[in-house]
Amino acid sequence: MPEAAIVAARFDVERGTRASRVAAGLGLLLLVAAVAMPWWGERAGQRLLTEFLYTLALAQMWNLLAGYGGLLSVGQQAFVGLGGYSLVAFGLHAGIDTFLVVPLAGLVAGLVAVPTAAVVFRLRGAYFAVGTWAVAEVFRLLIANSVSLGGGSGLSVTQTVRGMPIWWRESLTLWCAAALGVGATLGVYWLLRSRHGLALTAVRDSEAAAASLGVSVRRIKWCVYIAAAVGCGMAGALIFITKLRISPDAAFSLDWTVVMFFVVVIGGIGTVEGPIVGTLVYFALREVLSDYGSRYLIALGVVAVLFMLWMPRGLWGFVAARCELRFFPVQRRLKLATETQP
Amino acid sequence: MTLLAVRQLTAHYGDFQALFGIDFGVAEGETVAVIGANGAGKSTFLRALAGLIATARDSVVFAGRAIGGELAHRVVALGLALVPEGRRLFPSLTVEENLLIGAYAGRPGPWHLERIYALFPILAERRKLQATMLSGGQQQMVAIGRALMSNPRLLLCDEISLGLAPVIVKDIYAALPGIKAEGTSIVVVEQDVGQALQAADRLYCFQEGRIALEGAPRQLTREQIALAYFGV
Amino acid sequence: MHAWLDTLLQGLMTGGLYALFATGLALSFGVMRMINIAHGDFAILAAFLAVAVAAALELNPFAAMLLVVPAMAALGYGLQRLVLNRTLGKDILPPLLVTFGCAIVIQNLLLEVFSADTRSLDAGSLGTDSLALGGGLAVGVLPLLIMGSAVAVLAALQWLFARSAVGRAFRAASDDAETAQLMGIDNKHVYGLAMAIAMAVVAVAGIYLAIRANVSPTEGPARLIYAFEAVIIGGLGSLWGTLAGGIVLGMAQAIGLRFDPGWGILAGHLAFLAVLVLRPNGLFPRTRDA
Repeated sequence: MPEAAIVAARFDVERGTRASRVAAGLGLLLLVAAVAMPWWGERAGQRLLTEFLYTLALAQMWNLLAGYGGLLSVGQQAFVGLGGYSLVAFGLHAGIDTFLVVPLAGLVAGLVAVPTAAVVFRLRGAYFAVGTWAVAEVFRLLIANSVSLGGGSGLSVTQTVRGMPIWWRESLTLWCAAALGVGATLGVYWLLRSRHGLALTAVRDSEAAAASLGVSVRRIKWCVYIAAAVGCGMAGALIFITKLRISPDAAFSLDWTVVMFFVVVIGGIGTVEGPIVGTLVYFALREVLSDYGSRYLIALGVVAVLFMLWMPRGLWGFVAARCELRFFPVQRRLKLATETQP
Repeated sequence: MTLLAVRQLTAHYGDFQALFGIDFGVAEGETVAVIGANGAGKSTFLRALAGLIATARDSVVFAGRAIGGELAHRVVALGLALVPEGRRLFPSLTVEENLLIGAYAGRPGPWHLERIYALFPILAERRKLQATMLSGGQQQMVAIGRALMSNPRLLLCDEISLGLAPVIVKDIYAALPGIKAEGTSIVVVEQDVGQALQAADRLYCFQEGRIALEGAPRQLTREQIALAYFGV
Repeated sequence: MHAWLDTLLQGLMTGGLYALFATGLALSFGVMRMINIAHGDFAILAAFLAVAVAAALELNPFAAMLLVVPAMAALGYGLQRLVLNRTLGKDILPPLLVTFGCAIVIQNLLLEVFSADTRSLDAGSLGTDSLALGGGLAVGVLPLLIMGSAVAVLAALQWLFARSAVGRAFRAASDDAETAQLMGIDNKHVYGLAMAIAMAVVAVAGIYLAIRANVSPTEGPARLIYAFEAVIIGGLGSLWGTLAGGIVLGMAQAIGLRFDPGWGILAGHLAFLAVLVLRPNGLFPRTRDA
């Protein structure tokens, strides 16, 4: 028997990058600073940060749907609105503690998403998009026709936080927003690194190919849809805790999806970092252009269209492709050190 | 007189290079066969000629005009028509509509609906049917007729015998002399060497994106062809 | 009984307008396999353009229509060639996202220029005249005109698709874009033409809407949804199906409205959902035309 050459391959499966470790450290510091903001920040800044964090949560959910699940929903306001109205039903009517309503709202949105999915999943691609929108309209009209939920003109939910010291309320709001924003980001990140993430990426790249490899495309999409509904529902409840007044037009406004869309397209669709970058850009643009009224939204729309045409992977996609920079590495990289021994 | 002159043509699919410096020519009125194994680059070559794959402008000269990389719909208008592999009939169009759409470029010439029906009488009977309801051989006739409707000076046929019974292949090849008689030059790409040898005035054999052999069928031996075809 | 007949008749007539809104949507999906999310907003844009043109040149609404419709067709052609053609491909997201962006721009542009006030076009007595049908039933002249226009547009498109060279090119490009090029069809031009037609039809719809009622700059999305529902109810890819879908939607809304003023639009949406659940391919599924 000839002496076989033994190939000893030494390799490391590298999942982290130096950037990711730096980012993790930096992110932790920022998070601590954010959570501690009630002790050091001023109230205006704290409110802005709250808004930033729940916008990030919404954007991550939409990114999960459109960027990874290939499900272009134009109707996520359905779940934001349902979350908001959970506050009316559980907080106002049932008297459940306001901040406990937030997870409850996620549950409600998730439960409603199940039959909703059964209907809208009959539509594919472009038709799915408009179908989700029609469903959101149905929810809006149903609630506008419910007198007990305030009808078309809406109602105040101030009662739900009455008696709570304002410092305490605003701090809890911020912490909830932080939990949602960070939770959504880490949740998507964790999902992508899991076994399901691989399947999800396969589905995004080629549905047919993924199906032929035994990935249940339909089930994965269903899970993504439900998860995004839960996230949007929780964010919806929190949003209306900060606004203290709710109406069907505000709760089920297309603007929620417009913001998600804008943030994700600018930041980079199909990346975990994209929504973070996009939310930053969105808030910066809003601060700069806020004096211009509807012209500001025109500018946002034009910017989004230009991005889709010339930078379809968004700011983060553009940067990451050139600098090999990944704060949230989702792929496994093989580092080989091969030696051939006689 | 030379109708088509190809010089040093290369073609890529993304990062993958499919053709390496092809030199090729077709004279006016000539029938040329291109043979080669699966993946030798035959179809890619025809697609490049038809404008479906980008190539250097000067690498394809047709009727004295450099057309490499020209848009496909303009190439047809210049008189170069492709019968694509797999026939690719339009399923929502009837047989007759499939033929009519072939004349979309509006080139004048001998071919029109009645002339196609004379060439393939069975199609006249089936003119009102959806094209995809026809048998494979009849669909191939529609595909050839559709390309002829553009009154091409050069007709490129990609694997027109693929998946058809031998007797039907014979029927289809029987139409080639009639097409040739109108002065149309023809390039047939085939895996079926026997068929190609019978029909062609000249033959090219492709192997791994290069031309391995060229000549008149009568001057080539079986061994030469086998070597060029399989590369062993 | 009489009241119900009247309700159904009004619903039927509304269906004509919905069909006009839906036709362009069905056409652009049929040929380009894309949905223009800004479809409704373009209708409202056309309505406001007509308002502006009619006011500036002191024209009646129909004369304004003659000016605005070709302008919208040209806009559609330009939009398709310069922007939307670049987004077509295997991935369905880019065209949706780009037209979504267009929708945001148009809505806010209209708000900026025309403020949030509603506008309408005054067609004089035509807007209020009605024809008695006997038995106490009457139908407005304007709704009748709109229904007639819808039927005429659909018949013209049916002819275009079935008989003309351009129609064959539409169908061929829709079936197999690459092979269509081999026939000498310039897909980008053909797509531009299809969008021009879609935009012209939706401009007619928008202008009729402004003659019938007040329109607001933010009404586009609602119009898109109705158009979309009509297309789905009628069955994808069926031109006459869009008319049937529009009528079903119009009647459902009219019936809902009779029960409670708040239930009209909701009843339309519920009819759509019911069709989606019970007959997901629509009432008249056919993929041959359009």
